[in-house]
Amino acid sequence: MKRIAGLLVVILVLTGVLWAQNAMLINGAGASFPYPIYSKWFGDYSKKDTTVQINYQSVGSGAGIKQVTEGTVDFGASDGPMNDDQIKAYTDKHGSGILHFPTVLGAAVPTYNIPGVSGTLNFTPEALAGIFLGKVTKWNDPAIAGPNKGVNLPANDIVVVHRSDGSGTSYIWTDYLSKISDEWKSKVGRNTAVSWPVGLGGKGNEGVTGLVKQTPNAIGYVELIYAAQNNIPYGTVKNSAGVFVKADLAGVSAAAAGAAKEMPDDFRVSITNAPGKAAYPISSFTWLLIPEKFSDAKKRDAMKAFLKWALTDGQNQVESLSYAKLPKTVVDKELKAISKVQ
Amino acid sequence: MSTASTSVSSAGPQSGSRSLVSRLRDGDEIARIITFLFAASVVLITIFLVYELWRGSVLARTKFGLAFFFSSFWDPNSDQYGAWPFIYGTLLTSAISLLIAVPLGIGAAIFLAELAPPKISDSLQFFIDLLAAVPSVIYGLLGVFIVVPLMRQYIQPALKGAFGALPLFSGPPFGVGYLTAGMVLAIMVIPYIISVSREILLGVPRDQREAALALGATRWESTWKVVVPFARTGIMGSIFLALARALGETMAVTMVIGNTPTVKASLLAPGYSIAAVIANEFSEATGDLYVQALVELGLVLFLLTFILNGLARLLIVVTAQRGGGMGNV
Repeated sequence: MKRIAGLLVVILVLTGVLWAQNAMLINGAGASFPYPIYSKWFGDYSKKDTTVQINYQSVGSGAGIKQVTEGTVDFGASDGPMNDDQIKAYTDKHGSGILHFPTVLGAAVPTYNIPGVSGTLNFTPEALAGIFLGKVTKWNDPAIAGPNKGVNLPANDIVVVHRSDGSGTSYIWTDYLSKISDEWKSKVGRNTAVSWPVGLGGKGNEGVTGLVKQTPNAIGYVELIYAAQNNIPYGTVKNSAGVFVKADLAGVSAAAAGAAKEMPDDFRVSITNAPGKAAYPISSFTWLLIPEKFSDAKKRDAMKAFLKWALTDGQNQVESLSYAKLPKTVVDKELKAISKVQ
Repeated sequence: MSTASTSVSSAGPQSGSRSLVSRLRDGDEIARIITFLFAASVVLITIFLVYELWRGSVLARTKFGLAFFFSSFWDPNSDQYGAWPFIYGTLLTSAISLLIAVPLGIGAAIFLAELAPPKISDSLQFFIDLLAAVPSVIYGLLGVFIVVPLMRQYIQPALKGAFGALPLFSGPPFGVGYLTAGMVLAIMVIPYIISVSREILLGVPRDQREAALALGATRWESTWKVVVPFARTGIMGSIFLALARALGETMAVTMVIGNTPTVKASLLAPGYSIAAVIANEFSEATGDLYVQALVELGLVLFLLTFILNGLARLLIVVTAQRGGGMGNV
């Protein structure tokens, strides 16, 4: 009995402590790709403004869109923009719209394991589409060998590896393939998970990497940050200007800058295959999904202040975590758009 | 347990004069109510689970109907969902795992219970219990780093060399696939079979063994012809426990099965399982129908487990009637 009483006291004290912490709590949920930078941002921001505490669950883009639509969180986050149906579902439920704010950039890179080939391979869009459609089946196919003169490519069968879990990386990859190949667009399309024409599925970046490393003659795609942090070799991809670009942060930012000229007002834009000589073609924004109307004015102001900070001071931190910065033109446009949040 | 409860309830009317308060004060009544609630919660949770799965899959159920079970096409983009590749993969990998694990597990249990010196038996039991408690992701890593390369480099080429003409062993050796998943599952469920079967065998009364020995049976004859048949319902129970784990295993399977929703006759081909696809796709699933199709897959897995468990009960009842034995130990 005494023990139970003791336990009750402890629980009461703990609840009291949590109660006393009167910082305003803002809850968000969504994409896992930007989680490292978001958690750094939210941590740093709550030190700057101690009255605000932002919680973020990295449950995945799909779940983020679902939760913000259902109103169980204050904001969402996604690696792919919400489609028109999803926006309509949100508007029907809440009577007001939802806004997209790009925060950082990511990219997907092709990684491969061919016995006897150690150099960096060049991939044309046609080669990538052919390989992932199951039409280019041998490594010495002219589509691959053409831009790789001097590399001794074997006549082995290609083993394709893709993500098995729904993911933003797959979204970027299939979005790119949909843009450069009509056949891919009509047969497979773009999504976080698709019906892959060929290949094995690996769970997560680490699963894909593991399969590619272990399986001779394999090709897969992984998130750029993951490849950079784990020293995974990857190939270059030919961009829309005809230049073979090896993905790096500058190339990804260049893709965003190339697309910025035609940036729509709602920021729902795909920047795969973007124009510009330096642009890496398989790049994408990741977005915060912010409701247009907040019922709580204090929460709204805190959210707006945070957004402003993330787009300005916050951008200086992103490269230390291997994310690509937003180009200035996009930041300026977003700062103006913050006033739409009411 | 059952005798205790009947004696309490039969004592009830006689001591009817005792007030509820005094019965409560004794603690018997309180204990009875509390433990009853605990027991009832199991049933409630099951009902709630089925209800939620049923309710959460209404769109998918009405749209696809029975075709959901037989369609092999799974495409979130065109919103077409069929469960057959996943059902097939789940059943096939579980069957492979039992084919490997049952003889090994029961053999080991017989050694530990009947033939090994008690000291060795007890210390080995410690390791077996340890193995049973290892998280499945560890077995998955073991699969990825050891079983998959072994399969690709040695076992699958050897199988293809020997039986390559059969469709069962055709196709390129990727390393991952049904057979690999079945083998990793076998490694995972063996400890269950050994541990439970050993306890059951140790529970067989001494007189059974002594009677067999007195009739002139050898040690092995008494074990194989008397002790094992006596314990068979319990051993079967251990196998179904293993099957239940194999059906629902998620992490280890998704790491080695290849995650490809196709139906292939070849054991070397990559496949998919129900639990693996739910774990893989649920968090990023957008669109109501997509989510509901995944929930319906959960319902299908529940149904599979339910049917197989029902069959297991039936089998146990049938064999118990024929052989007497120890009933449900």
